[in-house]
Amino acid sequence: MSSSSGVPESWISSFCSLIGHEYFAEVSEEFIEDDFNLTGLQTQVAMYKEALEVGMILDVEPEDDEEEEEEEEEDEDQSALGDALTARERRHHSRMASDLSVIESSAEMLYGLIHQRFICSRAGIQQMSEKYELGHFGACPRTNCEQARTLPVGLSDIPGEDTVKLFCPSCLDVYVPPNSRFQTVDGAFFGRTFGALFLLTFPDYDLTRRGSEVLSGTLSRISGNEPTLNGFFEKNIAPNLGTGHIYEPKIYGFRVSERARSGPRMQWLRERPSNIRDLDEARLYAEQNPDSEEDDESMNVNGRVVVRRRGPGSARLRQRQTQNGSPMALSANGAESEL
Amino acid sequence: MEDFASESDSDYTSYWRDWFISSRGNEYFCEIDEDYLTDRFNLTGLNTEVQYYQYALDLVTDVFDLDCDDEMRETIEKSARHLYGLVHARYIVTTRGLAKMLDKYKKADFGKCPRVMCHSHPLLPMGLSDIPNLKPVKLYCARCEDIYNPKSSRHAAIDGAYFGTSFHNIIFQVYPALIPAKSTERYVPRVYGFKVHAAAALVRWQSAKRDDMRRRLRKLDVDTGFRGDDGVEDDEEGDVEFEGVDGGRMIAGADGNIR
Repeated sequence: MSSSSGVPESWISSFCSLIGHEYFAEVSEEFIEDDFNLTGLQTQVAMYKEALEVGMILDVEPEDDEEEEEEEEEDEDQSALGDALTARERRHHSRMASDLSVIESSAEMLYGLIHQRFICSRAGIQQMSEKYELGHFGACPRTNCEQARTLPVGLSDIPGEDTVKLFCPSCLDVYVPPNSRFQTVDGAFFGRTFGALFLLTFPDYDLTRRGSEVLSGTLSRISGNEPTLNGFFEKNIAPNLGTGHIYEPKIYGFRVSERARSGPRMQWLRERPSNIRDLDEARLYAEQNPDSEEDDESMNVNGRVVVRRRGPGSARLRQRQTQNGSPMALSANGAESEL
Repeated sequence: MEDFASESDSDYTSYWRDWFISSRGNEYFCEIDEDYLTDRFNLTGLNTEVQYYQYALDLVTDVFDLDCDDEMRETIEKSARHLYGLVHARYIVTTRGLAKMLDKYKKADFGKCPRVMCHSHPLLPMGLSDIPNLKPVKLYCARCEDIYNPKSSRHAAIDGAYFGTSFHNIIFQVYPALIPAKSTERYVPRVYGFKVHAAAALVRWQSAKRDDMRRRLRKLDVDTGFRGDDGVEDDEEGDVEFEGVDGGRMIAGADGNIR
């Protein structure tokens, strides 16, 4: 809360400077004042109006400071003195002292949910990219990621489900932040979208650069001449996966065989094709089916290949594949029925 | 440090080692048995590796009684820590050592895997080299089979050679029941619920690799280690949207029926 001495700090900046809130961007008042950006939050946050306006996020109607201090003092003995005092309080103030803490936590919840939206907006993601460049979000704990910088993400967009996690663009995995103070920060305040959206918004961050190279600035961006694949620069697709970045278990220098009970089983998780073009699924499909052009019969002939390319072939998926399958097969059916 | 020097030779307890393993930053070490340390065979070759080898060994075994200045003592102290570490790497692959480290593993003394999908699986310390002074200690997660940097800088400064490149693999050969079930659970980057093509293509490619491996192992009649792996390829990820579409269709169908 803003104090009367000196320049009053806004609720937002004091919230963002709290310990454990280092990942937060400062949402601009402009963003909050646009009602469109707050659509639907009214139903999600208790005491929405109070949290948003009175003395909280927007500091619209600054309350008399003396009164608020009084309220806080009375908070302790309130339960003891009971109803008489409460009645008196109600006369004096529109809000009771106990409400203040409720409003404060409502304000935090509301701010978090606005934050989830803000960091996906143009201004917000720009601010987050500045924080990313300054390394505010820490580094990937995976040894083979060589201190790649991470991004804060949530695993759910619904508050109260999980805490904030760190997404590493170099291995496309998520990690628990190293410091326990982040284990009280709700993941929904960052949301599921931000991590991937960041990579799509700033595709030219060179994810293969580390440490001092990044700080020097000039080398941290990819020039436009690099080859691209599937919408990313090739070298930016999980650069710390693949040969040379996979841990190989050894005993006295000898690799542990896959056939051993204790042999490696998870290396696929850290693999990446040595020729990244192997991920160009559309091109591969065209090569494997040179004369197919949506031909239904060739789909069946090459069914196995198709299933593999569609990923782990679950029975359900495979069944779907043979029935109406992929969007491609669907369009083939459509074309056929038209004829 | 100095205060125990006089006491140590009077009482034949593991005073130095007690102090060493209980001091801050040395939580990864277990206590090496007296018997193991006093058997010269176990220390073969270490005399060339450690400066003031004999004094260092005396210090570790609490029989140090040299009168020397502080500077010398500090040097010997450093050598003793180095010696302890090198013996430690050998000790933890013995039956007794493995059992002690297993206890610490079960208590998660080495920390927990930072990977979200490993659900705080306990880690094991490991080295990337058996030669000292090359690589600091790393932490191995048996669930995702990957290695991570220790959270704390205190631990990140410990020499990896004090744990060696083999220990964390040997422990699972000796105690195969401890091998955690592997999981195909993973993170898939999404934007507003939609997968990102580049990442999704990689995930599909990796999943194909995994299924190849599982098929290969099953053909050889080797346990694939995946939970619920009974010949049917389970698939936890990759078809969330299809479920959504399914649901949508079912609702539409229901509506149609009502009308």
